[in-house]
Amino acid sequence: METLTGRVTGVNGNMTKVSFEGSVRKNEVAYIIVGDKRLKGEVIKISNGEASLQIYEMSEGIKVGDPVEFTGELMSVELGPGLLTQIYDGLQNPLPDLAEQCGFFLERGVYLNPIPDRDWEFTPVAKVGDKVVAGDTLGTVPEGIFTHQIMVPFTTRGEWTVKSINEKGSYNVRSTIAVIDNGKGEEKELSMVFSQPIKKPITCYEERLRPDETLVTKIRCIDAFLPVAKGGTFCVPGPFGAGKTVLQHLEAKNSEADVVIVAACGERAGEVVEVLTEFPELEDPKTGRSLMERTIIICNTSSMPVAAREASCYTAVTMAEYYRQMGLDVLLLADSTSRWAQAMREMSGRLEEIPGEEAFPAYLESTIAAFYERAGKVRLKDGKIGSVTIGGTVSPAGGNFEEPVTQATLKVVGAFHGLSRERSDARKYPAIHPMDSWSHYDGVVDRERVERARSILIRSNEVNQMMKVVGEEGTSSEDYIIYQKGELLDAVYLQQNSFDPIDAVCPPERQRIEFDRLYDALLKSYSLEDKSEIRAFFNQLRQEFLDWHATYFETPEFEAQEKKIADFYMAKAID
Amino acid sequence: MQKVYTKIESIVGNVITVRAEGIRNADLALVGDSYASVIKLDKDLVSLQVFAGAQGVSTGDPVRFLGRPMMVSFSDNLLGRIFDGTGVPRDHGPALTENMIPIGGPSFNPSKRTLPNKMIRTGIPMIDLFNTLVESQKLPIFSISGEPYNELLARIAMQAEVDVIVLGGMGLKYDDYLKFKETLEKGGAMSHTVMFIHTAADPIVECTLVPDMSLAVAEQFALEGKKVLVLLTDMTNFADAQKEMAITMEQVPSNRGYPGDLYSCLASRYEKAVDITGAGSITILGVTTMPGDDVTHPVPDNTGYITEGQYYLKGGHIEPFGSLSRLKQNVNDKTRDDHRALMDGMIKLYAQYKESLEKKSMGFMMTEWDEKLLKYGNLFETKLMDLSVNIPLESALDLGWEILAECFEPNETGLKTNLIKERWPKKEALS
Repeated sequence: METLTGRVTGVNGNMTKVSFEGSVRKNEVAYIIVGDKRLKGEVIKISNGEASLQIYEMSEGIKVGDPVEFTGELMSVELGPGLLTQIYDGLQNPLPDLAEQCGFFLERGVYLNPIPDRDWEFTPVAKVGDKVVAGDTLGTVPEGIFTHQIMVPFTTRGEWTVKSINEKGSYNVRSTIAVIDNGKGEEKELSMVFSQPIKKPITCYEERLRPDETLVTKIRCIDAFLPVAKGGTFCVPGPFGAGKTVLQHLEAKNSEADVVIVAACGERAGEVVEVLTEFPELEDPKTGRSLMERTIIICNTSSMPVAAREASCYTAVTMAEYYRQMGLDVLLLADSTSRWAQAMREMSGRLEEIPGEEAFPAYLESTIAAFYERAGKVRLKDGKIGSVTIGGTVSPAGGNFEEPVTQATLKVVGAFHGLSRERSDARKYPAIHPMDSWSHYDGVVDRERVERARSILIRSNEVNQMMKVVGEEGTSSEDYIIYQKGELLDAVYLQQNSFDPIDAVCPPERQRIEFDRLYDALLKSYSLEDKSEIRAFFNQLRQEFLDWHATYFETPEFEAQEKKIADFYMAKAID
Repeated sequence: MQKVYTKIESIVGNVITVRAEGIRNADLALVGDSYASVIKLDKDLVSLQVFAGAQGVSTGDPVRFLGRPMMVSFSDNLLGRIFDGTGVPRDHGPALTENMIPIGGPSFNPSKRTLPNKMIRTGIPMIDLFNTLVESQKLPIFSISGEPYNELLARIAMQAEVDVIVLGGMGLKYDDYLKFKETLEKGGAMSHTVMFIHTAADPIVECTLVPDMSLAVAEQFALEGKKVLVLLTDMTNFADAQKEMAITMEQVPSNRGYPGDLYSCLASRYEKAVDITGAGSITILGVTTMPGDDVTHPVPDNTGYITEGQYYLKGGHIEPFGSLSRLKQNVNDKTRDDHRALMDGMIKLYAQYKESLEKKSMGFMMTEWDEKLLKYGNLFETKLMDLSVNIPLESALDLGWEILAECFEPNETGLKTNLIKERWPKKEALS
């Protein structure tokens, strides 16, 4: 195919204007040739016969008249076996390979092969003569703990016939494994790798289902009070230092998803290093293998070029959809979507668009909505169920949730885990605000009892507010007990010590037992004389619950401690 | 052959435009005798930002393009020298031109970073003991104008155990600049220090170059295996300079007039902090003055999202609350076995002291326990929090035990029994 070329006519930051002859597609990829470097860019606007190119690299050294090559392809990622365990930048450049080739710094204009060049043990599923469409499985390869399906590229249109397919055996990832034709004389050679545009959702499924199954995170306050569903969406806004990233790392480690994709989007490089050093050492609770084997890291840290930051979220979600097509449950964690929105704002400013609120572009809301809408639980054509769950952190300016990105996100997500500075200052972790936050999904405990427990929390908070004015002595014993009950619920159920090896991970069965016991204790009335007795009683009860957290699940100690708790509060309970 | 252009088409703010061909983005040029860099190209119309400001520039001034981006000389000759924001000597020494390196270079590959795990000793108990500074950490000092933040930086520069110090001054008062110079010269730290100083009277564009110059130099030292500490004061001035330039260039402002890319601007500088696998490290300590003591102001707010904690300077000392070194957990288990426990225990007691103090100011009765706390808080503030205290971590820990022993019975401290048995200074109290 003849490549279309153009010439640079202007440069402003990472926005380049290019004159061209022929036809150029919006959002196609082009390369600017600067000396011996090829800098990747995307056409984001065409006006007055000139294309505006957003460069994914630093734009120093570009001059007017530099040649530009248009590729005719939309911004894409390569999909195939070997994605898991990889660490990519926002444009799917594998970072360790890049370090090997370029040393300490991220040299611009270097694009490496994202899919590891190796052989896989291929087992064919389709037979010669089979009719196939986009997304149909041709064969499988074993990728770590999964059976990785080799599928007909998702961009394939119409019905095709398998003309030949390789026999079972070991093949290189890029060698042809099948040939298909569409009966109109067109033939396609397929390998295990194909490319997929990142900004279009993959829709090769039968139907979308309601996200009705809880995605267990093993964090008590999320699973019981603010649950997340497989195929659902949630957002975690919070001021700096409230523990957004720690919470996301916990979710990445402990949640019961098959594949976890961590998109570090415009955040600290140090945090990615933590994941890189920690994850290979940790064990996946589900399989016992290294946690890294189910993880892909997309890392576009804050000092990397801003345009690639915008792409990184889409790169991540496209990979998530790819693994969903194999009937897997994928969890995508994006940290932070505010940086992604800021990248959009920078681009919009350079395009001289009319700004919306706080200079964010007017299409901010629809873009955020479209991104989160790529989450979902689907029934695939072969009957399997797969899901993509998206959780994004939001970093609102000044910790104020009334800002455009938080508000636009809240409109489209199914659960809101708002972190509060107050709670993190008081070292109450996870610092999710139990009353401001909400979730539309079903958790591990039935909704009715959760609501009842929450109402105790709300009442307790009211009493606490009142006590600040009238003092402890002006509060009635009944109110004081309600206050203590709320505090108890907060201390022994909502808070969780992520540094304690036992308490950090609370499986759903254990959560149900603990909730049942606590719920029972909360609903009882107690005969307690005065405030000091009430305080002593609840302090002791809290201590007993905390000791319970320190026992291993399904051991005699666990059961003994539960009995001890029950005996303790039943002694004071009245019917 | 350098071509000279003599027709400047427009002069707006610090930006001039000239018609020229074959010019590359971000190239350096000389406008009259002042340096300028290319910030925008539109066909043959080239926009240049004049570092020394466009005041007095004539439309007939010659513009010569140098065909290279902004660079800084790098060699060991830098040590002990003072430069301005464009790399011109301020100290009457010779100009350096050998081994020029570009500034604002590419980002570090995260897969070549090491998890930070080495402590930097500063001799300041509030840092070493309570919020340990870690190699490759990026930490701002949040401060109100008027607090002694430059004195603190100077003291850290003198006392920190590092190989090279790079001091970047932005919008410094001339007196402060002289004070820095004097302190470092007297203390003998100047021989391993490089200074890039922009004073409040210098052109605003130079201010925005200071961090890039400082960090480019620091990066080279770090690649040579040196432990580098970069001190930047004051990053709010840097942000304000960015704001000023953005507004003159008619960019759409986002929050309180600051440009939309403020976060990226700050992050690309702070993110240069790194512990390089198999080489040296860069640690960044910056000052961020908070206008009106408002931590939600865009500059401290964006900074907080980028950095790994912060030191709060208030009332002349580093506040124990609000200050946080996120990386301290990586190192304070390896210093001495009582470090973590003592740190937590002392801070908890100090928090109780604050409550007692509040009770006292409201006229409540003081119990015996309150009196003990008041005594403790007093000793804590004078012996440990005072910024002039300069003792190694081990002595600070011992001092901590002494203060506890002077005020409390062992069982009142909330510390573990076996630790108390080992460390409590008054052994007779243990029986």
